[in-house]
Amino acid sequence: MSSFLVSPVTVKMATLCKTIRSATATASKLSQFSRLLSTTPRCNVQMAVRDALNSAMDEEIERDEKVFLLGEEVAQYDGAYKVTKGLWKKWGDKRVLDTPITEMGFAGIAVGAAMAGLRPICEFMTFNFSMQAIDQVINSAAKTFYMSAGQVPVPIVFRGPNGAAAGVAAQHSQCFASWYSQCPGLIVASPYSSEDCRGLLKSAVRNDNPVVFLENELIYGTSFEVSEEALSKDFLVPFGKAKIERTGSHVTLVAHSKAVGLCLEAANELIGQGVECEVINLRSLRPLDDQTIIESVMKTNHLVTVEGGWHHCGIGAEVVALIMESQAFNYLDAPVLRVTGADVPMPYAKSLEDLALPQVKNVLTAVKKSLNIS
Amino acid sequence: MLFWRKFEDKLAAVYIQQKVRGFLHLYNGQEAVLAGSLHAMDSEKDRMITAYRNHVQPIGMGVDPKRVMAELYGKGTGTSQGLGGSMHIFSKAHRFYGGHGIVGGQIPLGAGIAFADKYFNRDSVTLTFMGDGAVRQGSLHETLNLATLWQLPVVFIVENNGYAMGTSVVRTASHTDIYKLGLGYEMPCSQVEGMNPVDVAKGLEPAIDLARKGGGPSFIEIKTYRYRGHSMSDAQKYRTKKEVEEYRKIDPISQVLEIIKQKKYASEKQIKEIDERVAKRVRECEQYAEQSPFPEDNIMYDVVYQQKDYPFIPHKIQ
Repeated sequence: MSSFLVSPVTVKMATLCKTIRSATATASKLSQFSRLLSTTPRCNVQMAVRDALNSAMDEEIERDEKVFLLGEEVAQYDGAYKVTKGLWKKWGDKRVLDTPITEMGFAGIAVGAAMAGLRPICEFMTFNFSMQAIDQVINSAAKTFYMSAGQVPVPIVFRGPNGAAAGVAAQHSQCFASWYSQCPGLIVASPYSSEDCRGLLKSAVRNDNPVVFLENELIYGTSFEVSEEALSKDFLVPFGKAKIERTGSHVTLVAHSKAVGLCLEAANELIGQGVECEVINLRSLRPLDDQTIIESVMKTNHLVTVEGGWHHCGIGAEVVALIMESQAFNYLDAPVLRVTGADVPMPYAKSLEDLALPQVKNVLTAVKKSLNIS
Repeated sequence: MLFWRKFEDKLAAVYIQQKVRGFLHLYNGQEAVLAGSLHAMDSEKDRMITAYRNHVQPIGMGVDPKRVMAELYGKGTGTSQGLGGSMHIFSKAHRFYGGHGIVGGQIPLGAGIAFADKYFNRDSVTLTFMGDGAVRQGSLHETLNLATLWQLPVVFIVENNGYAMGTSVVRTASHTDIYKLGLGYEMPCSQVEGMNPVDVAKGLEPAIDLARKGGGPSFIEIKTYRYRGHSMSDAQKYRTKKEVEEYRKIDPISQVLEIIKQKKYASEKQIKEIDERVAKRVRECEQYAEQSPFPEDNIMYDVVYQQKDYPFIPHKIQ
């Protein structure tokens, strides 16, 4: 069971650290006893992903009156997964709206509102339900700026959990990363850590283009260390910039969202065998940071992609293609391997679900195959 | 209305010459709906959105018709610089929000524009048009529900021309009184005769007024008729020539012309002058479209994204 810190507590911790730090600084200037306070305390602020998302939305709603949030159960229920907890109580009916179960309707209204000057954050309870509204996401949101030759921008964010959860079976477990990433006109983000979530969601809200923001329900409760910089209200993570979570020289692992965690676990296990993995967290699927991947592969000569979605026309397939088309092709010492979800609708039984999703052992197998070790 | 009719006729002619490509959905016969709507709305601040039979609406909202024709020719001087075409005429400056190809796709968009107006307390009403075919789409029902629930300043207008492409209204539902679809959402609904612009204006005024005063949306069915096919490739096997001729007898343009003649609003000479002026204007549009250049190649990449927020287009990074 994952635990999560309530947002106000996290903020209080951060404020406490800031207060201690500034008090220390002041004291050391004023006091002749400054030599006793020689080091400022290091504060490792832990923040859960759901609090990162919550605080990002809270700050953006505060910053710009045009920003508002709508979706099923986002207001009075505090969010189906508690991501929007406290926002309705703080901001009221005008800024945080509950909708009926009417995805096509509320997504379309949100797109129209964006066309007329608002900056909606439209939540899909999961991206599986976005299929009800996908015509509005693609044909209205993604293409209107183009069809109007720039007259009508659509500054909207569609966000919600994407991909597999736990035991929710076929209709509630699909990964839509490929589907949305394919479409020009959309920006598609798939964050992993709390810093990713904060920075990318803020960037998404402030961006004048439509953004599909793919979260993951299973890591809502996971806490990550966040830097002080990440707590600032103007902390933005740019699109199109992957993050190297871990450097290494033997093999490059490329992933997005929860699969990044899988790669980091695999990397830790491989240290024992003397294999140093470079783990790249894509963060942004469209635009995709091909440069970072290319440079890494030119260094390590081996590449394994890892994702929760299906292999057919997946994100891994795109990474393989871009490597083939780049100078990194000449640096490969082995074919690129993909670790993906099994090519089946998600089964229910736990034993089967575990088989249907990539596990650490699958990543290990792929890395060893790539490096030709056992 | 006469200008719109001649404009559409010209488009039919140049389409056959292959100067206009793809789909061409013409408005002939339905002009009274637009004329009445423009009269009933406040053209300085109200907004309009419709589906793909959208050439003359932007002209009515103030867009230069030369640019509309240029858009259909696919020229760089078109309203969307050649990127949209017949089904996607936009002019935000004239409060015309398109131009949408997916049947029923524009309905929630119209309600959304109204949502923004209500949010900002702007004194605008959005007229959201659709055809009789679109009322069977789920998007209509979802939108009627939300618009009434949230009391949005929008008027939903169904241009019922009797046929969804080739399928008559009778064949698309168990009942044919389209306006009654709104009753289930507890919103004001009515049916209006659409072959005379005065009837249309009278039918829409209360709805627009209600929306403006914060009374929420209305659902208005306007019974009209289209003289041409659904699009240029329509062989019209689903209706008789006799039926079309019956409706031609109540052509809105003829009706208005009759009134002008009877009440002597203009002399024969003046009417002839109007005819000539209209013909001249249409010719000017054709010339402008013919002489305009096609768009530059790179523009295809330039307007996919709001550029300042998406600095990734290859030819721009050099």
